[in-house]
Amino acid sequence: MRIALFATCLADTMFPAAAKATVLLLERLGHEVVFPAEQTCCGQMHINTGYQKDALPLVRRHVRTFEPYDVIVAPSGSCVGSVRHQHAMVAGADAGLAARATSVASRTFELSELLIDVLGVEDVGAYFPHRVTYHPTCHSLRVLRVGDKPLRLLRNVRGLDLVELPDAEQCCGFGGTFSVKNADTSTAMLADKMRHVLDTGADVCTAGDASCLMHIGGGLSRLRTGVRTVHLAEILASTEAS
Amino acid sequence: MTFLGMPARAPRGVGHLRGDESFPVAARKALANSQLRRNLQHATTTIRGKSGRVIAELPDWQELRSAGSALKAYTMARLPELLEQLEENVTAAGGVVHWAADANEANRIVTDLVRQTGERRVIKVKSMATQEIGLNEALEAAGITPVETDLAELIVQLGNDKPSHILVPAIHRNRSEIREIFLKAMPDVDPGLTDDPPVLAAAARRYLRETFLSTKVAVSGANFAIAETGTLAVVESEGNGRMCLTLPETLITVMGIEKLVPKWSDLEVFLQLLPRASTGERMNPYTSMWTGVTPGDGPQAFHLVLLDNGRTAVLADEVGRQALHCIRCSACLNVCPVYERTGGHAYGSVYPGPIGAVLSPQLTGVADNPSLPYASSLCGACFDACPVKIDIPSILVHLRNQAPHPRTEAAVMAAAAYTMDRPKLYASAQRAAKLARIAGRRGRGLPPPLNGWSASRDLPSPPKETFRDWWRSR
Amino acid sequence: MSSKDVILGRIRSALSSGVDAPEIPRDYRRGEAKVDLDLLVERLTDYKAVVHRISAEKSGISAAILEILAEGTVVVPPGLPTDWLPEALEAIVDDGLTAEQIAATDGVVTAAAVAIVETGTIVLDASPDQGRRIISLLPDLHICVLRPEQVVASVPEGVARLDPRRPLTWISGPSATSDIELNRVEGVHGPRNLHVILLAA
Repeated sequence: MRIALFATCLADTMFPAAAKATVLLLERLGHEVVFPAEQTCCGQMHINTGYQKDALPLVRRHVRTFEPYDVIVAPSGSCVGSVRHQHAMVAGADAGLAARATSVASRTFELSELLIDVLGVEDVGAYFPHRVTYHPTCHSLRVLRVGDKPLRLLRNVRGLDLVELPDAEQCCGFGGTFSVKNADTSTAMLADKMRHVLDTGADVCTAGDASCLMHIGGGLSRLRTGVRTVHLAEILASTEAS
Repeated sequence: MTFLGMPARAPRGVGHLRGDESFPVAARKALANSQLRRNLQHATTTIRGKSGRVIAELPDWQELRSAGSALKAYTMARLPELLEQLEENVTAAGGVVHWAADANEANRIVTDLVRQTGERRVIKVKSMATQEIGLNEALEAAGITPVETDLAELIVQLGNDKPSHILVPAIHRNRSEIREIFLKAMPDVDPGLTDDPPVLAAAARRYLRETFLSTKVAVSGANFAIAETGTLAVVESEGNGRMCLTLPETLITVMGIEKLVPKWSDLEVFLQLLPRASTGERMNPYTSMWTGVTPGDGPQAFHLVLLDNGRTAVLADEVGRQALHCIRCSACLNVCPVYERTGGHAYGSVYPGPIGAVLSPQLTGVADNPSLPYASSLCGACFDACPVKIDIPSILVHLRNQAPHPRTEAAVMAAAAYTMDRPKLYASAQRAAKLARIAGRRGRGLPPPLNGWSASRDLPSPPKETFRDWWRSR
Repeated sequence: MSSKDVILGRIRSALSSGVDAPEIPRDYRRGEAKVDLDLLVERLTDYKAVVHRISAEKSGISAAILEILAEGTVVVPPGLPTDWLPEALEAIVDDGLTAEQIAATDGVVTAAAVAIVETGTIVLDASPDQGRRIISLLPDLHICVLRPEQVVASVPEGVARLDPRRPLTWISGPSATSDIELNRVEGVHGPRNLHVILLAA
């Protein structure tokens, strides 16, 4: 299958490993990945901070960039959530753009959705010999409703010891610009999330969103806990050879 | 349409919809109070568990939510006809209906009605609407003593405190704090009072008994009003509501215009949704329903005050109007990770938590509550918990788009959007950020407001190459 | 211009862009379902009501009442069957008693209008055998006699049986509060003891 990668601006700039892993994983599974170079950002940060007018050109760009493709994947529940639930709204009065955005959204999948719902694989042949806990990010869980798809993928990874995260469904406190505008509250939420991660005794905390992992990982690093954050795509792309 | 007919916001200078400080500032103080955080964590965890268990008993919870949501949307669409139908039926049953365009008018109507009875004291059953309009202050200014009879309201009143939760205004207090408040402020309290909850409840029973029996005027809110029959309903637990609705000679009920329900049979939906979502009970201990005046039984004078106070302005917003569907269960507060850590006072309004963050700014106008739409990580737990399916995250995003923006932030956002709409510029900005390392070591040298991030979190080191560099070099 | 006109004008203006009233999806459970009296007892007991199940109507009721209250005064509504009451108790019929007189009794005996299995709820509708709302409120003990034909399975069936023009009191267990740390604690302003005498089918 020919799959267009929406890398997301955050992974492209700060966490290229997650986007690279997505490419390598899909190619290993026998698919062709293309990266439309005109892509930048879905506009979620602007939309969620109250700048829909500034987001409009970004939505227009995203739609124009991805509408030639039948299947689009992003290693981010949050960005896919924005494409699926916000782009048509931002298009607003531009009914033509809204319809095109809805069409692109219907072909856009978060990584675990793509693997299980579109490609029909639960065992991607990965090997990752670590004790891992999974944080279901809010937008994967409650906007996209990916359910246990990431966990089904992780359970099939050889060598991986999956430990359940207590109060997993509670938000980590990132929330985009919330983490800066309400830094104290965000930090209080993060503290509880980190406590739960540490309680599991895991070496690695994984999730389907680089943004939440940047937040959780930033806290774990500051406390010198030695617990790493690794994007789901990177675990699924790992093999015994790598 | 005349100017007078245009939807209006809740006026300033009266009531409790606006805080003294912004949410982040107020939240910082609350976060520093570890007793508060512990109390809230304990209480919200308890209620989430209880509510989850009784909701799981109903196989048709989702169908009930859909019906509740549709009923409220139906009510809003037909509001003028339904309100007039309600007025007609209440009047036919012996009640008197008053219309109050805002808090000042509602306070004046209630104060005048109490004055006409010649009484100097009223008993009150917990009501969000009367808290919203600051009725107690208005009554006190007129020399009338309002006595709150709900246990949590009593704790707040005796402790000279402010309510911090829609359902349980004293949720921020634990049993030992409540004992201390009673020992300090409750007249004739047993000095041997323990902090055992049944003992505390019994103390409140003893304290209020005589007041219930001797007060001739009561003020209540309403959970539901049935347009079809003119029936009012108050849902409660302790029996203080029954006391207020049954014993006095005069009953004055203040109700927001959105509390309407079209038909009697529609209660079959809401009476299943509300108790399970709010206190986590299959049914609350007591629900009272009355239609006008019943000769020989209960108050012989009944007044219903229908309150706008900004609600029509909420109704005018196509996205925001679903906030009027709220049945005040407070499930969204109980599941909100922000509320659980900051408590209700940080929101500055009588409506705290997620629903408050969308309702208060709409009632007052976003400019008067500009920080509230941002008091959420948009995690979506509130939307899932809402028994009438109010899409609170979407309303928050919608209100953020109306909020006044700080000038620097707006400039940064515009610049970011400009860059991101130009892939070449964007790629060079990526490289510049990487080379400049403006963040300093692990992000600890970030300038305000970004230092909010670096106070507790490291920033990742910028990667050697961006993804698009890697892709190009493949 | 009256405030009523102002408010109605504002509402019409707010809705002027055209708002459709949706169809109400009624695919939740409605209609008659089988009544499970054992479940009713379980639900009543769960919320701290005390249930007495008896078989024979006449003598059984008075014996059950006597078991709950051996001596003292009870207030009763004017339409309560007199043969329900044991002779050992002094029954005061409510013919317009004052609040103080009612509060001074040891208990109240009433019938009921409807009971709902799923929620463990009893509804009083102020019929002659239930009386004014005040009599079931002030005494600390409420004894409620329930006949099996008054019991329905669900809230929708209960609502359908009731007449909203009557004053209604829905009772689910004795007076309680969740105001202290959000745990349910029995015994605040309403009757602290609720006994239900349930007649056999």
